Amino acid sequence: MAFIELTRVVKNYEKGSEVVHVLQDLNLTLHEGDFLALMGPSGSGKSTLLNLIGGIDQPTAGNVSVDGANLGNMSGSQLAKWRSATIGFVFQFYNLLPFLTAERNVELPLLLTNLRGSQRKENALTALRTVSLEDRAKHKPGELSGGQQQRVAIARAIVADPKILVCDEPTGDLDRQSAQEILALLETLNDRFGKTIIMVTHDPLAAEHAKTVLHLDKGVLVESEQAEVSA
Amino acid sequence: MLKQIFKISLMNLRNLPSRFGISSVVVVGIGGVVGVLVAILAMASGFESALASGASSDRVILLRDGSTDEMASSISQSEVALIGTLPGVAALSPELYTVVDVPKMDTGTYANLIARGVGTGAFEVRPEVEIVEGRNFVPGRTEIIAGVKAASEFRGLDVGSNVSLRDSTWQVVGHFEAAGSAYESEIWLDFPAALSAFRRNSATSLRIRLDSPAAFDELSQAIANDPRLQVQVISEPSFIEGQSATLRQVIRSFGYAVAVIMAIGALFAALNTMYTAVSTRTIEIATLRAIGFSSVPIVVSVMIEAVILAVLGGALGALFSYLFFNGFTVATLNPAAFSQVAFDFNVSTEIVYLGMTWAIVIGFFGGLLPAISAAYIPITSALRGE
Repeated sequence: MAFIELTRVVKNYEKGSEVVHVLQDLNLTLHEGDFLALMGPSGSGKSTLLNLIGGIDQPTAGNVSVDGANLGNMSGSQLAKWRSATIGFVFQFYNLLPFLTAERNVELPLLLTNLRGSQRKENALTALRTVSLEDRAKHKPGELSGGQQQRVAIARAIVADPKILVCDEPTGDLDRQSAQEILALLETLNDRFGKTIIMVTHDPLAAEHAKTVLHLDKGVLVESEQAEVSA
Repeated sequence: MLKQIFKISLMNLRNLPSRFGISSVVVVGIGGVVGVLVAILAMASGFESALASGASSDRVILLRDGSTDEMASSISQSEVALIGTLPGVAALSPELYTVVDVPKMDTGTYANLIARGVGTGAFEVRPEVEIVEGRNFVPGRTEIIAGVKAASEFRGLDVGSNVSLRDSTWQVVGHFEAAGSAYESEIWLDFPAALSAFRRNSATSLRIRLDSPAAFDELSQAIANDPRLQVQVISEPSFIEGQSATLRQVIRSFGYAVAVIMAIGALFAALNTMYTAVSTRTIEIATLRAIGFSSVPIVVSVMIEAVILAVLGGALGALFSYLFFNGFTVATLNPAAFSQVAFDFNVSTEIVYLGMTWAIVIGFFGGLLPAISAAYIPITSALRGE
């Protein structure tokens, strides 16, 4: 059974009097444990597709179903609750709260749960350990390198144990070395922890880490490559 | 939901020091409004207190029928003698109310000062009046005593100095207090000596202390029944209320007009500042929403932050007014009496409460629109910083 299924999805934006057709009659099926890289030129609709799967945007037409939930039928507050349980977000510029320590940043999604403070702290440190940054728990983002900040962001994304990681150009702001570390980390999360990952990237080398690569152009899937699927 | 509100609000408040600059603009802006409002209302309150604090329900003022103030009244000495025999009168003081020109302490320019000729019963009628320096005047001599506020507002009223009033010279022999009332802005002299010096032959008013407040009706009836008396009986609280009404209304209206104008300005300043404060956090708020925080807790948390900043500003403004204005003595012209009345600014609890309410209202509406804007902009737009 499909884990993520987009059926005849259309997404239009109104820009003044002009209607911009971002996604056109798009169909996509992903299975649990997939690692998908979405590629394509700027404006091709990659981020829009990512946002629809992540539940922070709604399609103009068509159906988006994720883990059995029809996102089009959900209210704003239902979607927020669903996101907190199902999706972990990784952004290009990390989007860490600058005044919070790494540990506090990672703890944020757990504030939406009923966990006690001590348990939240323990889980946050576990997530930081997973990304090899436990020793930087008390550092604020400004005291960390770009690669370290992105690892903190990944720790935040996985701390509530979501099934899906939605990554928007996670290596776009990093040097090659840091990018490789992040991609290796994502691979580990996919292979060892079974996270389903959808990653938008411009970087073909980054896309090589995914199991599947899809190309978008003008809102249409134009080609796909099936990477080697690990057992 | 409440848990989310609490947690986001706590996080926002912890973050305040890192947004010190923008937060302090809100605090100082609202503090300025509240400070001015409190100062103006403290002025009105002080003025009212000065006029009203001397009022006692067992005292009455007798004026000529048809007169609304002491300046335009006249009561003959035969009437005074007759009234002294009426029932209910415990003590009485015929008084000559006149205005003299004396240079002001700060500018040296001449201003009106009330010179009140009082009878020997004046201190019995007003037991709150107390000599605090020097002594009382001796009847028949050209001596005066000055209220403490008059002595601080006008030149030449130090004990032992001489002051020229109209065509004669008077020696200041004492200073008196009168429980903070407007009498403290007057100089007092012997009634017969005043009649002689100011070439008058009748009193302008008669002050009476009654046996009890209940004697008011008895005295009023006795005066109304005697065709030889053409005077009206007014209770002291009513008289003072009428005397201060005009200026009190002017000060209050002016105060509120200034406060409303400033509050509108502060509201827009708070709106602008809160918009700026929130806009610098657009991506941060969008990230929280993407993670799963709902819009309502975000609105409430921004509102809480705005109101807390406003309360801080209000407290700062009220404290500033208290420290710099409470007890500060000023003098103004009382149009009802054509004379200077000195009074202390009175920053009362009620005024501070009103100022804080004003601050909270500004903070609430100043934070509302930016909060709604931050919480309901599409997440995808906000994540791009739009």
